[in-house]
Amino acid sequence: MDGTSANAFVAFDHVQKSYDGEILVVKDLNLFIDKGEFLTMLGPSGSGKTTCLMMLAGFETATHGDILLDGRPINNIPPHKRGIGMVFQNYALFPHMTVGENLSFPLEVRGMSKAVREEKVAKALDMVQMGEFASRRPAQLSGGQQQRIALARALVFEPELVLMDEPLGALDKQLREHMQYEIKHIHERLGVTVVYVTHDQSEALTMSDRIAVFDDGRIQQLAPPEDLYERPENAFVAQFIGENNKMIGTVTAIEGSTATVTLSDGMSVNALAVNCEGVGKPTMLSIRPERVKIGEAGENTADALVSELIYLGDHIRCRMTVAGNDEFIVKVPNAAGHTHLRVGETAKVSWLTEDCRALDAV
Amino acid sequence: MSDVSPTGPMLAADGTPLKKKLAQALFLSRVRAFGLVAPLLLFILASFIVPIMTLLWQGVHNNTYEKYMPQSTAVLAEWDAVSAPTEEMYAALVADLVTARETRDIGKVATRVNREKSGTRSLFTSSARSAAKMETPFREALIDKDEDWADIEVWQAMKIASLSLTPAFYAAAVDYTYNADGSFEPAEENRQIYVFLFLKTFAVSLAVTVCCFLLGYPVAYLLSTLPMRTSNLLMILVLLPFWTSLLVRTTAWIAMLQSQGVLNDIFVTIGLTSDDQRFSLIYNMTGTIIAMTHILLPFMILPLYSVMRGISPSYVRAAKSLGATNWTAFWRVYFPATIPGIGAGALLVFILSIGYYITPALVGGQDGQLISNFIADHMQKTLNWSLAAALGGLLLASVLILYWIYDKIVGIDNMKLG
Ligand SMILES: Nc1ncnc2c1ncn2[C@@H]1O[C@H](COP(=O)(O)OP(=O)(O)OP(=O)(O)O)[C@@H](O)[C@H]1O
Ligand SMILES: [Mg+2]
Repeated sequence: MDGTSANAFVAFDHVQKSYDGEILVVKDLNLFIDKGEFLTMLGPSGSGKTTCLMMLAGFETATHGDILLDGRPINNIPPHKRGIGMVFQNYALFPHMTVGENLSFPLEVRGMSKAVREEKVAKALDMVQMGEFASRRPAQLSGGQQQRIALARALVFEPELVLMDEPLGALDKQLREHMQYEIKHIHERLGVTVVYVTHDQSEALTMSDRIAVFDDGRIQQLAPPEDLYERPENAFVAQFIGENNKMIGTVTAIEGSTATVTLSDGMSVNALAVNCEGVGKPTMLSIRPERVKIGEAGENTADALVSELIYLGDHIRCRMTVAGNDEFIVKVPNAAGHTHLRVGETAKVSWLTEDCRALDAV
Repeated sequence: MSDVSPTGPMLAADGTPLKKKLAQALFLSRVRAFGLVAPLLLFILASFIVPIMTLLWQGVHNNTYEKYMPQSTAVLAEWDAVSAPTEEMYAALVADLVTARETRDIGKVATRVNREKSGTRSLFTSSARSAAKMETPFREALIDKDEDWADIEVWQAMKIASLSLTPAFYAAAVDYTYNADGSFEPAEENRQIYVFLFLKTFAVSLAVTVCCFLLGYPVAYLLSTLPMRTSNLLMILVLLPFWTSLLVRTTAWIAMLQSQGVLNDIFVTIGLTSDDQRFSLIYNMTGTIIAMTHILLPFMILPLYSVMRGISPSYVRAAKSLGATNWTAFWRVYFPATIPGIGAGALLVFILSIGYYITPALVGGQDGQLISNFIADHMQKTLNWSLAAALGGLLLASVLILYWIYDKIVGIDNMKLG
């Protein structure tokens, strides 16, 4: 899966970007994308995702470094010759053209005959189930319909690479989930390479082959969704993806892959040494809520003061204070004979050493 | 939620029909809204609509003759305008001349008839002086005083003047004369000036609009693409003309363009022309067009700018990503999006230049005078208000027609003024 610079379809090679000559918005970006891959750029606002996409599309130039498309440097090819389909956040459908004319536009500028154009437009519209809407204006469509037309327009000229910048940002939750499924489906059917930008992590997790987590102009981690969730490599990713319990402490010993950490309340626990700098250094321990058990069955045990219980049907969400962290969440499955906790009582919680990851301190 | 009874209309909570209730509620808010706009409405009514209506009315209604020569008017109305004037008509005329002289209104009457047939002014004033001493038969007495009174054309002119409600001025405004028998005929060749003037005014306005568009479009584009801070600075430069008096600007153009002016000096210095063949850039059509373009340019730039600011750069980006060249992206995507601004700007500039007065008056010379200069002339010098009103009415009509055409082609709701 992981591309290398030699055979990657899209390659960012030590790319830097600054708009004003003072601040680097993108700092040393290295990213290799395979043909047919669905890669998502995920990150908080202002982390440089759109900037990367715009450089790839050719609307911004990299300040330093190379961007290669299929082995050819892209920096010097004008945007209109790159053959990259693009879906904009606000769709950017041409308001003075009908849906049909919008779709026909990329074919027209490629000098295709009318018959070919009509056939391709019809096919593209059918693909997004918008066949009857060819003669409408964009303003006469709903948000979701416009989104589909934008998608169809980006695909109608059969580009090998499609860029999408938060294409579902303006849709409501239900429609968004539906469109996520459709985009994924089209991607699988056509085999195009997709670079997708979002700041919605569940969207990224459901759609992508790989996710690049952006923060502060750098890729913090580049991994398939399950790795990202289960094996975050640094504190930012652990906090950003999914729910996370953090405990701050100091490393007292490292033995193989196990680190012994003394927490702020003096308790000592073992954790998987992933990204801690060494003995005597601060570290952040990360455990997913569903990996913590009530009781003393695990390898590490701690006292927990129950401060809030929320009944959620299939599980009970339990907020506790553990090792000075009063936001420690445990999900108690609503299984037969599960432990019944009460607010104010002190219980024991435990976890496996391998589920607790010692990461860099933030 | 109100109930729907199975048979009747929708009822509000207190049992009154919902429609009525709604109308009551809306009525109050309408009254309040009207109260807010009432001062402006009154102002517009008093300062705009009433004067325009009066003006339009003056174009078809002139009762100078009827007012001061009532007896003559009555008998002229009976007359068929071909048979010889009767003694009764002469008698009425003398009676009117006497009273008009006494009330010192004879001059107005003479001027009015003189407009229909020139050279009759003194006929009236001198005859009026001796009218009081005249005795029957008045026909002979008048012809004895001046033999022009036997000329039927004089009487025809009087008949036309006696008709208060008359198309004569509108006819004159399009170079036609209105005859006493109710027919129209083209004016004499050397008096046909207004149609040509209208056409010239339209041509100049069109030229100014085109110049403003050609100069303003790139500027507006630049302004809309620059960062806010720089574009605000440039905007001040664009608006600078608004802050200086029209007179100062126009005078500055005189200094620039006259034959010993700055521009011609430069042309001579760089060898574009020789000293004895300097270009005449002012006191002609060229001067009018240059100065008017400069003055009206902001009216083109502002609507264009506001439209262009609103065009998201993602449209052009989308077009390019879809494979369009820079030119195609501009022409097929950007340009159509600016049409509402072009329409608004062009309409504004065109309508303003159709009625432009001061600039042509100052820098137009003989050749660069436009219709509004002639209207002003009739208002201030010849005092032929009715003709001025007719010309103004035609100008108003042409603006309305233009507006209507624009609405048909571009659509008024497509216009964006800012
Ligand atoms: N044209 C520009 N000129 C100057 N700075 C810019 C420009 N565009 C973006 N930036 C800056 O670059 C940084 C990254 O912006 P970018 O648009 O890439 O963020 P993003 O990850 O797409 O965020 P979001 O999720 O909000 O869209 C931001 O700090 C932004 O202020
Ligand atoms: Mg963005």
